[in-house]
Amino acid sequence: MTLHRLLVVVLSLTVLFAPASWAEDVATGVEDPRAATGGAQTLEDILARQRGEAIDDTFRSEKIGDPDHAARMTDQLGTLGGASDADMYRSLRYGSAEVKVSSRSPAAGVLIQDGGMAWLKFRQGPLLTYGGYLLLGMLVVLLLFYLLRGKIRIDGERTGVKIMRFNSMERFAHWLLAGSFIILGITGLISLFGRVALIPLFGKEVFSPIAIAAKWAHNNIAWAFMVGLVLVFVFWVIENIPNRTDLRWLAKGGGLFSKGVHPPAKKFNAGQKIIFWSVIVLGVSISVSGLSLLFPFQLPMFAATFEKMNALGLPQLVGMAPLPTDLAPHQEMQLSQSWHAIIAFVFMAIIIAHIYLGSVGMEGAFDAMGTGEVEVQWAKEHHSLWYEEVTGEADDHATSPAE
Amino acid sequence: MKSMIIAFVAIAVLAVAADVVLDNMGFSTREQTSGPSTRNG
Repeated sequence: MTLHRLLVVVLSLTVLFAPASWAEDVATGVEDPRAATGGAQTLEDILARQRGEAIDDTFRSEKIGDPDHAARMTDQLGTLGGASDADMYRSLRYGSAEVKVSSRSPAAGVLIQDGGMAWLKFRQGPLLTYGGYLLLGMLVVLLLFYLLRGKIRIDGERTGVKIMRFNSMERFAHWLLAGSFIILGITGLISLFGRVALIPLFGKEVFSPIAIAAKWAHNNIAWAFMVGLVLVFVFWVIENIPNRTDLRWLAKGGGLFSKGVHPPAKKFNAGQKIIFWSVIVLGVSISVSGLSLLFPFQLPMFAATFEKMNALGLPQLVGMAPLPTDLAPHQEMQLSQSWHAIIAFVFMAIIIAHIYLGSVGMEGAFDAMGTGEVEVQWAKEHHSLWYEEVTGEADDHATSPAE
Repeated sequence: MKSMIIAFVAIAVLAVAADVVLDNMGFSTREQTSGPSTRNG
């Protein structure tokens, strides 16, 4: 009888208090959206993730077990120490697990890094597609330019007299930078497009040694590029400082689009200055991100960069949320690789145009970097102010640029 | 053209030198990522 009474009391209490707590939940508007799944993710969560929407996944990242309230060792699941296998995997995935490894690599303790998926998709998708279009687009533009404008000829009569334009050290620096850049560009493209373009063409057995050689060359030739970049900067920075002549040169389109027009220019015209500063800025950026890739996990730079950008309010300016500053070692590498490749595509597109104008696009231009000596008539037409400076002779074009 | 050829040779020399020097300085992947109780390859 006593037991029966006790049961009645318990039941009555349950009936009494249950609606009260329910009413409280409704009143405060708190409703667990994952009540049906017992706190696990719902179909809506999965669909939202598949749509690429950002969802607040703290309900998963924070559900990593509770060792303080673990079952006793003798109880069921007691050996797991308060964290189930699922809890443990969540803590590994969200980077909150305490992982001890004997490897020295700073990233060895990261066992699951799901941010890598987004990087892989970017690398195999938009990076390849838009990067490829950019290079092809530049080739098409140059082809059209060639068809419409033709080779830019020396307008006046050749004198047969040559004038020194670049000395041997300048040419050495240029070719150190240019040669290494071309190899780096080709080997970089081999690494990036290997899986989609080369393996289907040659097969894996042939591609493997090509990929190994490309990687070796890319990693080690990077140093020659950096040395070349420093030399070119030191040799040419003074002559590449913008001035008023550049505005006049740009206003006339550099004479690129009409025959017989030769706006005056010093040693470097505005177009060359744009190339120079692009090479320096992109070259430094590609070198820094490249160093970060050359010494994996040892030179992380994105967390610090993002912190500075957030402090300056740059992401907020364009309506973005502050950039993440707590980055996993792999994330740093993935961002470095993505940035390195984006810069590389822009860099290659610019240099393709530079190579065109320095070779087939303009008569007499290659001599400047080939032998170092250019035809006097070429110098008078394209760099009249420089010609005057060097020879002390006045040039007709400098006084009447619109001829 | 001599400067161009010398520069191309310098690229090759710098590449080989970088590889050898970095390897000897202990910057190989093997040395950087393994410890006494791990092995690569």
